Amino acid sequence: MLNHNQLRQGTRVEIDSVPWIIIDAQFVKPGKGQAFTKIKIKNLIDGRVIERTFKSSDSVSKADVMDKTMQYLYSDGEFWHFMDPASYEQVALTEKQVGTTTLWLREQENYEVTLWKDKAIAVIPPPFVVLDITKCDPGIKGDTVSGANKPATLETGAVIKVPLFVNEGERVRVDTRTGQYVERAK
Amino acid sequence: MTTTSPTSLWQPSATLDTLKSRARIIAKIREFFQNRGVLEVTTPVLLSTVAPERYQNPPVCQNGYLHSSPETAMKRLVAAGYGSIFQICQVFRADEAGRMHNPEFTMLEWYRPEWSIDELMLEVGDLMQEVLHCSSPITLTFRQAFQKYVGIDPFLSPLADMLAKVSTPPPDGLDRSSLTDLLLVDQLEPALKKQGGSLFLVDYPAWDPAMAEVDPGPPKVAKRFEMYVDGVELANGYQELRDAHEQNQRFEKINQQRLQDGQQPLPVDNHFLDALSSGFPRCAGVALGVDRLLMLALQKERINDVIAFPNDRA
Repeated sequence: MLNHNQLRQGTRVEIDSVPWIIIDAQFVKPGKGQAFTKIKIKNLIDGRVIERTFKSSDSVSKADVMDKTMQYLYSDGEFWHFMDPASYEQVALTEKQVGTTTLWLREQENYEVTLWKDKAIAVIPPPFVVLDITKCDPGIKGDTVSGANKPATLETGAVIKVPLFVNEGERVRVDTRTGQYVERAK
Repeated sequence: MTTTSPTSLWQPSATLDTLKSRARIIAKIREFFQNRGVLEVTTPVLLSTVAPERYQNPPVCQNGYLHSSPETAMKRLVAAGYGSIFQICQVFRADEAGRMHNPEFTMLEWYRPEWSIDELMLEVGDLMQEVLHCSSPITLTFRQAFQKYVGIDPFLSPLADMLAKVSTPPPDGLDRSSLTDLLLVDQLEPALKKQGGSLFLVDYPAWDPAMAEVDPGPPKVAKRFEMYVDGVELANGYQELRDAHEQNQRFEKINQQRLQDGQQPLPVDNHFLDALSSGFPRCAGVALGVDRLLMLALQKERINDVIAFPNDRA
């Protein structure tokens, strides 16, 4: 159990029988009065964000949650399958659980799978991934406006904006948190 | 917010410029009191007995407690006839850490024998004008401020109406006093921050009079003020209670409440009660958070920005 003053950003807690991650925590207290901690929490299952306030005598359960590095195997259209490379144990996530991570999933690559009570509930991509460009129109000759860009389709199906000098068949590094092009990769 | 890697935690969290301003402002505060003939004193940080508070926990150490305020020792000096006194010292509150809180912080506390709380409020305003160059503070009663900024009467509104004003789902089992505390930090302080300027809140509900005199009313109120600048709670002042018997009963009640709250009762400073019994003059006193004053003066968002080594680096 966690005291109200152990509620910190990044801590994962169980409230209403569901796991949440604390995305913001504020300690507030009138000098002579009761202390409160206000937390903003994100539901680890459906991504919903809510706020809750706890008083100093309250305690909150720690969520039985862990992250495991797992290899993405394939999708059969209904489930996305991952494997623990150490134990060869496999887990399957639904489309909803995979969410926007699907944009960055490349077979054989490693991802962080979140397990709650040993069941997979979410998958997090690494901050940066390197992917092939499968479709991209050539840059128009003579267009030298700096900062100009064009759409490019990646092997995962994601469409990002790339500078004009980047071509189909090349590989690029992408920031998965913003979905933005970072640089050309080898 | 700045992110720091663990290896940089040896470094101070306040810049050199901030610490220079800190030294300059603290020197200015000393000069303010020296010019007014107020004597600077030093009282023990390590105590064997304290003035129990329901919601403040002095850290426990092998030989007693680290003081959460120099109040009882300073009032013993007042009872001894030593006149107007001030002190700038480190004080301690276990478990209080956040944007506006550090478990160890700097307190400015002063006492004015023979003064009324209204006279003391004028002096607090003078000090604020010298240090913060802020306009003179307005005064609202606790009730008026809640009516104006929160839309409820903390003395009389039904609890359901008060609960409906809380911005996020509140914890269960809040009584009137706890709910008022929550509305204060959840609604009133943000409204005061938005409006800006300096304000005295006076005539606090008498359900927790602490060490202040009580006016029987109605409504029954504690002769207490809090000063807010831009929504920041900065100073707490009392028309000091002079009745030793009444003070002892309040301490006993607080220790019973602490037991109910699951907190250890605290040993009462009997020297302080003896000092009150010996004949304590009419007196007004105030405690002011120096770190928060510096935050306001230097426009810093976090208390850690004005402290060399806050709790996570101490």
